Amino acid sequence: MNLNTLNTNVKILNVALADDDEDDRMLFREAIEEIAIQTKLSTFNNGQELMDYLTLPNILLPNLVFLDLNMPIKNGMQCLMEIRKNPMLNAMAVAIYSTSSSEKDVEQTFINGANIYINKPNDFRKLREAIEKVLQINWQYHTSNLNRDNFLYRI
Amino acid sequence: MRVCIKYDSDFICRAVLKEQFEKLGIPFSIQSLGELEIDQNLSDEQREALATALKKYGIEIIDDPKMALVQRIKYAIDDMLEDDMARIQKISTYLADKLNYSYTYLSNLFSENTYTSIENFIILRKVDHAKELITNTDLTLTEIAFRLNYSSVAHLSGQFKKTTGLTPTAFQKIIEKRKQNSIHPA
Repeated sequence: MNLNTLNTNVKILNVALADDDEDDRMLFREAIEEIAIQTKLSTFNNGQELMDYLTLPNILLPNLVFLDLNMPIKNGMQCLMEIRKNPMLNAMAVAIYSTSSSEKDVEQTFINGANIYINKPNDFRKLREAIEKVLQINWQYHTSNLNRDNFLYRI
Repeated sequence: MRVCIKYDSDFICRAVLKEQFEKLGIPFSIQSLGELEIDQNLSDEQREALATALKKYGIEIIDDPKMALVQRIKYAIDDMLEDDMARIQKISTYLADKLNYSYTYLSNLFSENTYTSIENFIILRKVDHAKELITNTDLTLTEIAFRLNYSSVAHLSGQFKKTTGLTPTAFQKIIEKRKQNSIHPA
């Protein structure tokens, strides 16, 4: 009999994306569907929609959330801070997915508890590769004994 | 009030297993961490009760023999990174000897089930270890490089940057600021 302290039986990764740009959401969905790691993607048009969903009772929380930084009503940074302050949501991995490559933005999101920062690539192949890398890294944190406090990657 | 604690996850895991197995009256022995020998066949009810009791502690029974072997490869890698003598050996020889399968078989099985290769996983583990030492000790990067068997600080920094996209210094700064702002992602 073999025992493990982590959940290795997850076969499908639950992923959420909040992005106000419809084309970006569509491209993201196409890209993630081409990746070998099986996922179930839910998309939201802005940060408020995402947070409303996450705080519903009895939902299956995503394992990983992608946040665009610039969104109307509630932006990515506000979502990130709310997620990290809420003990019910804090276990989720958060990837920031933004066109901004300002070092200050990058640093600030990490300090506020983001696990991954990706610059939105401008071509589809690169987008797929970036998402694949995020899923692969996230998978290792889900299934191995790695220290979550140190889960920090810039892609 | 803030209190610092020191703990050993290996020790905790053994204690939890002992407590839960005794509670259910199932005799067992720990082979190596991650593998137990149970002296009797479990009934479905016993198995169910055990799974429920352990789940509370985040401990799970692995049913799939392939996933069980993947887990043993991971534990063997951890042992290897901790064990000074093992560093002299090649990874492939070490794992093949320890687990009694050919390295080609182990390597393929690992890649098929984890979305990464054994080599990449070892790098990830080493960098994770470096992160741990950067955040929790006063060791300098030179000392950390030596301890983790890197040939130089440059080699450690290079692998750190390539794996995480951040330099060790940038990483350290972020972790310190998080501590100041009391942000603790789980």
